[in-house]
Amino acid sequence: MAHIEEHKDTQAIQREKQNYIMLDLGKTPQFGIPAFIQVVKRSLSRELLKGLGVTFREMINALFKGKLHTTQYPFEKLPIAPRYRAIHEMLRLLESGHYRCIGCGLCEKICISNCIAMETRYDENQRKEVSEYTINFGRCIFCGYCAEVCPELAIVHGGRYENASEQRAGFSLFEDMLTPIDKLKEQNEFAGFGSISPNADENIKKTPLAY
Amino acid sequence: MDALTIGTIIKILIILAIVSAIAGFGTYIERKVLAFMQRRLGPMHVGPYGLLQIAADGIKLFTKEDIIPQNANKFIFSLAPVITAATAFIAMAALPLFPTFTIPEFLPLIGGAIVPSIVADINIGILFILGIMAAGLYGPLLAGMAQSNKWGIIGSARTAVQFLSYEVVTGLSVLAPIMLVGSLSLIDFNDAQASGIGSWLIWQQPIAFVLFLIAGFAETNRTPFDLLEHEAEIISGYVTEYSGLRWGMFFIGEYANMITISVIAAVVFCGGYNDLWFISGWLLFVLKVIFFFFLMLWVRAAWPHVRPDQMMWLCWKVLMPLAVINIVITGIVVML
Repeated sequence: MAHIEEHKDTQAIQREKQNYIMLDLGKTPQFGIPAFIQVVKRSLSRELLKGLGVTFREMINALFKGKLHTTQYPFEKLPIAPRYRAIHEMLRLLESGHYRCIGCGLCEKICISNCIAMETRYDENQRKEVSEYTINFGRCIFCGYCAEVCPELAIVHGGRYENASEQRAGFSLFEDMLTPIDKLKEQNEFAGFGSISPNADENIKKTPLAY
Repeated sequence: MDALTIGTIIKILIILAIVSAIAGFGTYIERKVLAFMQRRLGPMHVGPYGLLQIAADGIKLFTKEDIIPQNANKFIFSLAPVITAATAFIAMAALPLFPTFTIPEFLPLIGGAIVPSIVADINIGILFILGIMAAGLYGPLLAGMAQSNKWGIIGSARTAVQFLSYEVVTGLSVLAPIMLVGSLSLIDFNDAQASGIGSWLIWQQPIAFVLFLIAGFAETNRTPFDLLEHEAEIISGYVTEYSGLRWGMFFIGEYANMITISVIAAVVFCGGYNDLWFISGWLLFVLKVIFFFFLMLWVRAAWPHVRPDQMMWLCWKVLMPLAVINIVITGIVVML
């Protein structure tokens, strides 16, 4: 009983401090006639039927109004947030179609799990050209530093999050991550830090303020 | 062999086949109903709307490795599921499952035969059913004790406590309608309620009906009282060590018991298979049984478990006195 008293004391202190509104639950008798009367009251006050009513209403809603929360995952997919850090993508310049990467090597430098390896050389126009570029997705922790540090928005995180594989190491080459030249028009630009997901409006729920 | 014996055997086979199929289908219905009540979809991928899920589950159960734990009593361990399944089906022998009908004349060989609504119309029908269902407690009891598993032991202890206690309430709650009807045969119960919805015994015995439903939930190990295999407390209780087909037999037994309780509730309290206005007795009876079956799933979705001490308290301090008072009042009314 001591710990219950203690609990009540803390409750009293909190009430003073934080101005909580306590629900009036009444007394809870433990034994004898008062306990029996409480059970009868609770059994006959339609509380049990109310519970049945709630479940039945939900069943009707689910069956006839389609209010279900199931997403049949491999067949249906929820939109992911633009800030989600999935498999990287290499973007192209929209005007010329040339890849944006200028071979500065910042992503390789900043990568904290050392999973980016790149080699560059000068091409015939004395421009930097990427000759080798590999990301080891077995090591990558998807911290997003490479995308953050990239001065040209050349490396960004895409939306491919289904990257289960049969072996630990999985290498991705530059060409694999590069936007295909014929799909240049469908290339998604990085929406920026702090951007919200496309279905953000649906996800907003009214806070219940009934009490 | 005379015609009656052959007819009875055919009927037994048909009832066995149909009830086992319905028991299997009941698992699908339960999963679907629970899913919709919890805003989910339930099984969807095997067959249209997951209808073939039963087949997939059945294949899985049949082909699963049959494990008998090292220190288990092998004989009793393999006997226990048979007891559960067998008693569940034996109880159906005295249970009317459809109205009495005559096979149409144009059918060869069996045309014109009258099919009574019951496999064995014994004059102690309901006593027999309750007795066999009470004997069904040996299934979980022996299963839990034979498997050398502490969860199993707790499960079987709870079996003994729960089933024995609620047996009393079931018997006492059915006693009042028996006094009114004056017979133990379920056919007589049905015939006593033949004159319309006003003659249903539920109006004369509402307390007995509620008590019987509560006790029935406890007897069939359904949710507010499913202490025998309460996952959160004792893993799976008496079925912890069971797998494959033996586990499946427990399952079929449980669902067959649910059907039995639904049928008893429909026959004893809700007018049985009598025709009502223009609705045929066949349809009405099936609808009543479906309603009581659905009620069990509905309650499972809505209400939480009770603690063992709460359940014992409910049985011995609330339900049993209520049942006894109900019997006394019924007796006085019958005497007057």
